[in-house]
Amino acid sequence: MSKQKRFTTEATESTEKNKEENSVASVRSVVENSTIPLVEIRDLLVRRGEHPALELEYLSIEKGEVLAIVGPNGAGKSTLLLTLARLLKSEKGEIIFKGQKAANDSDTTYRRRIALVLQDPLLFDTSVFENVASGLKFRGIGKDEIKRRVELWLERLGVAHLSKRRAGQLSGGEAQRVSLARALVLEPELLLLDEPFSALDPPTRARILDDLKRLLAEIQTTTVFVTHDLPEAKKMAERIAVIIGNCLRQAGKPDEVFSYPADNEVSAFFSEPLY
Amino acid sequence: MIFDAEVFQITVLSLQISALATGLSLFIGLPFGTLLALGKFPLRSFLLSMVNTGMGLPPVVVGLFVAMMLWRSGPLGDLKLIYTPTAIIIAQVIISFPVVTGLTAAALQALDPRLRLQLYGLGASRGQMIWMLWREARLPLLAALMAGFGSVISEVGASMMVGGNIRYQTRVLTTAIVLETGKGHFDIAIALGILLLIITFLVNWALTWIQQRGARQ
Repeated sequence: MSKQKRFTTEATESTEKNKEENSVASVRSVVENSTIPLVEIRDLLVRRGEHPALELEYLSIEKGEVLAIVGPNGAGKSTLLLTLARLLKSEKGEIIFKGQKAANDSDTTYRRRIALVLQDPLLFDTSVFENVASGLKFRGIGKDEIKRRVELWLERLGVAHLSKRRAGQLSGGEAQRVSLARALVLEPELLLLDEPFSALDPPTRARILDDLKRLLAEIQTTTVFVTHDLPEAKKMAERIAVIIGNCLRQAGKPDEVFSYPADNEVSAFFSEPLY
Repeated sequence: MIFDAEVFQITVLSLQISALATGLSLFIGLPFGTLLALGKFPLRSFLLSMVNTGMGLPPVVVGLFVAMMLWRSGPLGDLKLIYTPTAIIIAQVIISFPVVTGLTAAALQALDPRLRLQLYGLGASRGQMIWMLWREARLPLLAALMAGFGSVISEVGASMMVGGNIRYQTRVLTTAIVLETGKGHFDIAIALGILLLIITFLVNWALTWIQQRGARQ
């Protein structure tokens, strides 16, 4: 049995269900229907160099949910996230965003519906305020609105007192809070987090995770959260997708996934002491 | 001729030519260096090698090439540019353009490559992404500008060959120093040399002040 065949029942059923749908046009007609996932990924193949970096038959991301992508290093988690951000091109397959093919939009138009936070904060060499305002400026938003939203999100992330400080003068935890504020201030439809806390010390990490969990529950932003830390995934996510060997192996609620691993490799990954 | 109207005219012409040549080099070199740093195309590596080689171009070789092109019987002779300030500017742009391009490419390649992903991930267009990278690399880019200016204000061979060192027309500080030294007027040559050093220092001081103000912030 190939790796591609070893999906969870949920993933397989979802694929069959989508095959039964008449066409993308019929999906578009019910865009506003709340049962339509925010994002659907179908028959995706992404290569990095000559080798497949990710093969994924079907994955849906429901509106408002936090989906954790877990798997060992090099499994293809970040590839999925970068593909979702259209920072990597897929060789085949499609991403359906709110019932419409994402490819219909230009890269910039599409990306202005999302926000990305990477493992390192990658703050710009300017003040904290200007960092958080940067994405809003890219979108041509007015000064007053920028000020209002930046101040609000600096406050929400607990870094309002750092507003005038240079990015280079921040601690790791502060910088990652600013990085989160810079993404959340955009009020994205889809928030993509690529192991954003892996470089932080455990107490700082725990505090930021608590704050982020509370904020995401409050604002109901659909979030894809890549991590190789299973307790972190369990804490943050409503659903977990397991990627091993560049393929999606299982997706479901955390209790289901941890209680009933789809195959031996998933089971071995869960019991790996490092995780 | 010390500190008289002629020296003033030579100094102003030197500054005008060097500033214009540096400005044009920046205008061409900044986007070209950015393309070499960020682009992915077949001849990229070869072009980068060419630019890096060009950073060490001997000014007399540039002068020879430009003189041949602009010579009355040359391919561009009809333009009647030989022995004009424009000819000096053309030669100086050829000298400083690889310097600005090469240092721009190096400055942008030194940035974290994930910065581009982060900028795109925040919704930046391609133009906004490039602007932000220039901003992030502003200190080494100012160093590129200083190096470009330094390469033309101090250059003498090409200016002599394509400008002709014509009094009141194409005589600049460096060619005037050569002339006065040739005539044995070392006092005048030394005075002009000190003037050239002061001007070079003042321009670089101003650029360094801007650069270090950015660094302190």
